[in-house]
Amino acid sequence: MAHPFRDAAIVGVFNTTQARSLPDHDSLSIAIEGALGGLKDAGLGVADVDGVIGERAGELAYELRLGPCRRSINALGIPAVLEAAALITTGQCQVVLVVGGSAGIYTDRASTAPWTRPTNEFVVGYGMFTAVEFALMAKRHMLTFGTTSEQLAVVAATIRNNGHLNPDAVYFGRGPFTPEDILASRPIAEPFHLLDCSTTSEGGCGLVLTTADRAADLKQPAAWILGGGSDAYGPSYQHGPIWDFTGRPGQPVPAGYVGRRAAGAAFSAAGLSPSDVDVCELYDPFSFEIIRQLEAFGFCPDGEGGAFVSDGTIGPGGRFPVTTDGGTMSFGHPGNSTQMLQRVIRSVQQVRGTCASAQVPGAEVAMCSNGGSGALFNDVMLVGAGRP
Amino acid sequence: MTMLRPQPPGTPLPVPSPFSAPYWEGCSREELRYLRCANCHLAIADAPRICWRCHSRDLRWEKSGGRGRLYSWTIVWRPQTPVFEVPYSVAIVQLDEGIFVVSSIIGCQPEDLVDGMEVAFEFHPVNDELKLPYFRPVFPGGSPPPD
Repeated sequence: MAHPFRDAAIVGVFNTTQARSLPDHDSLSIAIEGALGGLKDAGLGVADVDGVIGERAGELAYELRLGPCRRSINALGIPAVLEAAALITTGQCQVVLVVGGSAGIYTDRASTAPWTRPTNEFVVGYGMFTAVEFALMAKRHMLTFGTTSEQLAVVAATIRNNGHLNPDAVYFGRGPFTPEDILASRPIAEPFHLLDCSTTSEGGCGLVLTTADRAADLKQPAAWILGGGSDAYGPSYQHGPIWDFTGRPGQPVPAGYVGRRAAGAAFSAAGLSPSDVDVCELYDPFSFEIIRQLEAFGFCPDGEGGAFVSDGTIGPGGRFPVTTDGGTMSFGHPGNSTQMLQRVIRSVQQVRGTCASAQVPGAEVAMCSNGGSGALFNDVMLVGAGRP
Repeated sequence: MTMLRPQPPGTPLPVPSPFSAPYWEGCSREELRYLRCANCHLAIADAPRICWRCHSRDLRWEKSGGRGRLYSWTIVWRPQTPVFEVPYSVAIVQLDEGIFVVSSIIGCQPEDLVDGMEVAFEFHPVNDELKLPYFRPVFPGGSPPPD
């Protein structure tokens, strides 16, 4: 049987300027910049587009005069790219834009981002926000397996140093960091220090997918979807993040290992295993999530993620370099889908071999992810240099 | 010495639904209530519409013994919003009835918190009408007294 994504190619990727704030933009205007940048990278124009996906797909269809086109209002990252591929492989579209953009949304910096505060009546009174939600998962892992704050700090220092070297990162040149620097930063929600946490920033991005036939004539080498998957246990940021929470009968994977089923599906479709992955562009909302995902996806046994990250494995030149652009800790963390799509974009840059910093030499398979245990969802995708 | 305390009034208020009203009525009487399935007897957290296990709609409120064990926690130093006084704890407690609840541990120092420690509920007002359950270690200092 032919590979399900064999006939869809990623042919354009683009990040706009990323910054702590973009005072000349709102979310729609920076999303438009992401869309046009993605098309330019692909060597295509708006006249070629017959599908648009994103949280503002309707507005983009109007502002860019894309009609008549397929539009899908999808605020997710990897699932939006998988949807774009499906629209192409099923013949519904020929060229699909996947677009994110966020600016001017998070302005009350005395408070945590409003969309991360639960409104669920049973938890609203206790002061949860993302750092708390992810900390409750991390703490349970630490209690069960003896994972340490020092091991979390290795992850944060590694990713922040990747951003320090990336000229496109919001925090370019703001390092380097040692694990001791991470541990010395002020506590936020134990075990997380300030530098264990993602930043908040603004920016936009765009990706373009088209048919394999059309990709052959375009200016960029195509990147290919080798497999993908998505797991969720409920709405994000509403219920208690309980490591041992389980779902349907016969599915023993606890919420703490959300993403395991998705990764299994992705590797199965690709005919690959973790040892075939050259670079891990994992989503990094908090340092612990890298340790957890490496276990959930099968890069190391359960409970051994802390030791796994501590010997250079995830750093530059290591066996599995992680989040090479600096991720949400340092490259950028615009709200909604942008932060998610940027993991896919970096994976494409890696397999194209065009990263301005931390390029993994000869990278042919990149794994990317979105979400995490504290958010009760985790999406994964394998991106390849070769057509499956 | 840092003592963990309940939040002062002014924190975000729960908005009860028709399904959860008995829970909050219980809180106002300083009773911790939970739902139990009348068909399969599963104890269930929050106020679900159906039993997660057998899908029965016949769920009945029961009164918890109010004891549980600490399952996970965090000490928060950067408040969700400025109305929260730091440091505060957010914790997941497994009640003796088996269900997990989100709450906050008070009446001890952050260093006293230990995996699996026994905790008991107590109620503190969030306004003139509503009370919120908190948990306090049964053995201050973190461990049972020696025999």
